[in-house]
Amino acid sequence: MRILNPWYSVVNSVAAAVLGAGSMFASPLLADDAHHADAKSGGDEVVVYSARNEQLIKPMFDAYTKETGTKIKFITDKEGPLMQRLKAEGAGTPADILLTVDAGNLWQARQMNLLKPVKSAVLEANIPAHLRDADNYWFGLSVRARTIVYNTQRVKPEQLSTYEDLADPKWKKHLCLRTSKKVYNQSLVAMLIAEHGEQKTEELVRGWVANLATDVFSDDVKVMQAIAAGQCDVGMVNTYYFGRLVAKNPKLPLKLFWPNQAGNGVHVNVSGAGVTAHAKHEAAAVKLLEWLSTPNAQNMFADVNLEYPVNPAVQPAAVVAAWGTFKQNPINVAKAGELQTAAVKLMDRAGYK
Amino acid sequence: MSRPFSLRWPEIAAHGWTLAAAVIALMVLIPVGVVMASLWMPAPEIWAHMTEHVLPELLLNTFWLVLGVGIGVSVLGVSLAWLTAMCEFPGRRLFSWALMLPMAIPAYVLGFVFIGLLDFTGPLQTLLRGWFGEFAFPPIRSRGGVILVMTLTLYPYVYLIARNAFLTQGKRTLEVAQSLGLSRRAGFFRVALPMARPWIAGGVMLAIMETLADFGTVAVFNYDTFTTGIYKAWYGLFSLPAASQLASLLVMLVFALILIEQYTRARKRYTSTGRNTDSRDRIKLHHAARWSAMWYCALVVAIAFVIPLLQLIDWALSVYQSDLDARYVEFLLHSITLGAIAAVIAAAVALTLSYAARHSRTGRTRWLTRVANLGYALPGPVLAVGTYIPITWLDTHIAEWMHAAFGIDVGHLLQGTLLTMLAAYTVRFMAVSFNPIDGNMQRITRSLDDAARSLGVSGIKMLQRVHIPILRSGLITGMLLVFVDVMKEMPITLMTRPFGWDTLAIQIFEMTSEGQWERAALPAVALVVVGLVPIALLTRYTDQ
Repeated sequence: MRILNPWYSVVNSVAAAVLGAGSMFASPLLADDAHHADAKSGGDEVVVYSARNEQLIKPMFDAYTKETGTKIKFITDKEGPLMQRLKAEGAGTPADILLTVDAGNLWQARQMNLLKPVKSAVLEANIPAHLRDADNYWFGLSVRARTIVYNTQRVKPEQLSTYEDLADPKWKKHLCLRTSKKVYNQSLVAMLIAEHGEQKTEELVRGWVANLATDVFSDDVKVMQAIAAGQCDVGMVNTYYFGRLVAKNPKLPLKLFWPNQAGNGVHVNVSGAGVTAHAKHEAAAVKLLEWLSTPNAQNMFADVNLEYPVNPAVQPAAVVAAWGTFKQNPINVAKAGELQTAAVKLMDRAGYK
Repeated sequence: MSRPFSLRWPEIAAHGWTLAAAVIALMVLIPVGVVMASLWMPAPEIWAHMTEHVLPELLLNTFWLVLGVGIGVSVLGVSLAWLTAMCEFPGRRLFSWALMLPMAIPAYVLGFVFIGLLDFTGPLQTLLRGWFGEFAFPPIRSRGGVILVMTLTLYPYVYLIARNAFLTQGKRTLEVAQSLGLSRRAGFFRVALPMARPWIAGGVMLAIMETLADFGTVAVFNYDTFTTGIYKAWYGLFSLPAASQLASLLVMLVFALILIEQYTRARKRYTSTGRNTDSRDRIKLHHAARWSAMWYCALVVAIAFVIPLLQLIDWALSVYQSDLDARYVEFLLHSITLGAIAAVIAAAVALTLSYAARHSRTGRTRWLTRVANLGYALPGPVLAVGTYIPITWLDTHIAEWMHAAFGIDVGHLLQGTLLTMLAAYTVRFMAVSFNPIDGNMQRITRSLDDAARSLGVSGIKMLQRVHIPILRSGLITGMLLVFVDVMKEMPITLMTRPFGWDTLAIQIFEMTSEGQWERAALPAVALVVVGLVPIALLTRYTDQ
């Protein structure tokens, strides 16, 4: 009837040609050759799945390759998809190391059986116990402090004391916060739950929300810009964002304040890594982690993003050191993962968006 | 060449078309199915929490966003399409392609630029504060702000498809309407607009699906929608079941929308009425109307494209010395290669699907084509996971089977190759190329085929002389849209790219995920510039 028979075959052959050409193009040239490397099984390659940005890891990896000859292949993505990817790939995964920018996700990766424990005297010696997993499934590699930032023209440091104090009505219309969807805030609240319990923490978070000067922001930089412009007076940010912003614009009336110094100390999180459960180059992966915990690499790893080294023997960058020393909260950062779900729910209940 | 089969061919072909449609629909259904797999797994605790504290606001927000963007893109897209297709005014030729440019800027980038320019700390408010002191400025980080930004980046879908419809519809129908006593305005609303309806509806559906699937833009505005709810359940509350149940709801919602749209235009036939519009046919606008038309177009181009691009260039200039290096050539080539291959594949698949829908008289095939378009409504990250799981599963099983049967170690055939990526892109962007192609397909009426056949034109000649000319603009539109969309796409590219296949969009991700928006401007500008090339090409084709 109204059938165009030749057309049918044309469509099919065109489709076949396109797909065929595509696969010819794809398979031989671009198939990842991780399985070829399996065969060699030497320590000459490590594959990393990283939630830490390319610009923050590539310099280290390049230095490592130069020093040891070990090649490092990596893919960046957000933590969630990377973990889903590892899970889907199962035993066939090419990845040897999972690198993230917070402890909560590493905790979650362990829960999903994506990591394996590592026995390494070097790592245990270089990394304080509260910055790594109790059973050695993952290790912090740099410390990220989440602290208070204030407008120097509108606030005196004497007025500031603790995270909890920012819930006091005296800060009404003076507080700026980043969204509760960011894992940094989820970790912070999780740590507060660990200290105070849910009920008190919820009151505290409600206090923060009541003090907001404007809707929460989608990133830390915007929080600081708002504080500098006088839209609000205080907020909570990770220190490296402050470092970056001030480096670009030194005249901003902003300063960091270290809270809770008389109590438990400043909330810290880690950017860290673990060896994957099905790593093909386990020994090489452990070697890379060990190298990353040594003084030289620690400085590179932390300084490239103005973070703090995890290795207590290593001094932070001069710019960072100038912000002063502070007492870190000694609770194991794994708590952030354990209590993350509770923290997210709590913030929903408290109306912290 | 098919003579020997001519007796039984129609039946075989009809089945063949249904089969083809079924295979394509299956390709889309697998990832959707993977996402829905845990639909019946109970997650009562999470749900109790979500229903009480999250869902009410999220549903309301999603409703307003869809409504706002739906109305926004319809009004903007149709009015601009009508002006540039049917009216004559100063700058018409320039605007007819310039109005497509906003499509080249990813919505999340436009969102960030708007917030940067218009928020309390931005240059505009700072300046005004300097003059007038403290005052109330409508907040950009608001429902209205998100709707504005998404409307400005998504209206080109409607504009492009509706314009194509107006151009091929010709002015003759309008003349007939006027000769029957309708005013020009009544002619537009009662004749031209209803006749262009399937195209407009298709474009608006695309915009709505994109809105529902968007994560990046609403995240920049911290505006909670269905997608952010899915994210919260999945990555904040670590509950895959709750996330997939939310995603399933979203898919069903979209399917209902598609069915409603389909139902309201069922049994209507749309045909073309002769030659395309050319310059002699255009309505000559006079005096005030001329200039208003020009200023209206200029305003849209300025707000949605020129100003944001200038801001991006300004940011890019501050970082290019440290950031611009040889790798950019690679990023650029990767973006273009992926966009181009995906565009061709998606168009070929969509074309097959469209022919299947045309040739099959069963409602079944129509259903299948609807299903095959669902991928566009799934949030990218969800779809990425949904595609990746079955592919790695298949990969592992092929490898095991090869090993057991032949003792050959084939390793990964799919995982970590471009094939995975292209399959995921096709599933996601099928709807984007299907809509314009199918819109044109509806112009090829059965009587047109019959007429051609009665004149001795059939088979491949019919294809060359009748179908291709009618389908051409739809095919090109479909390919261009997919090309630009793939270049902007982030979650699938991130998750499925082979080692080393970084693109411009990946580079934007690297910078934005740690809040370095100024540095992200450099790859963003590159992305916009590359996007301009196919857009310019497209206008040449559709304008002829």
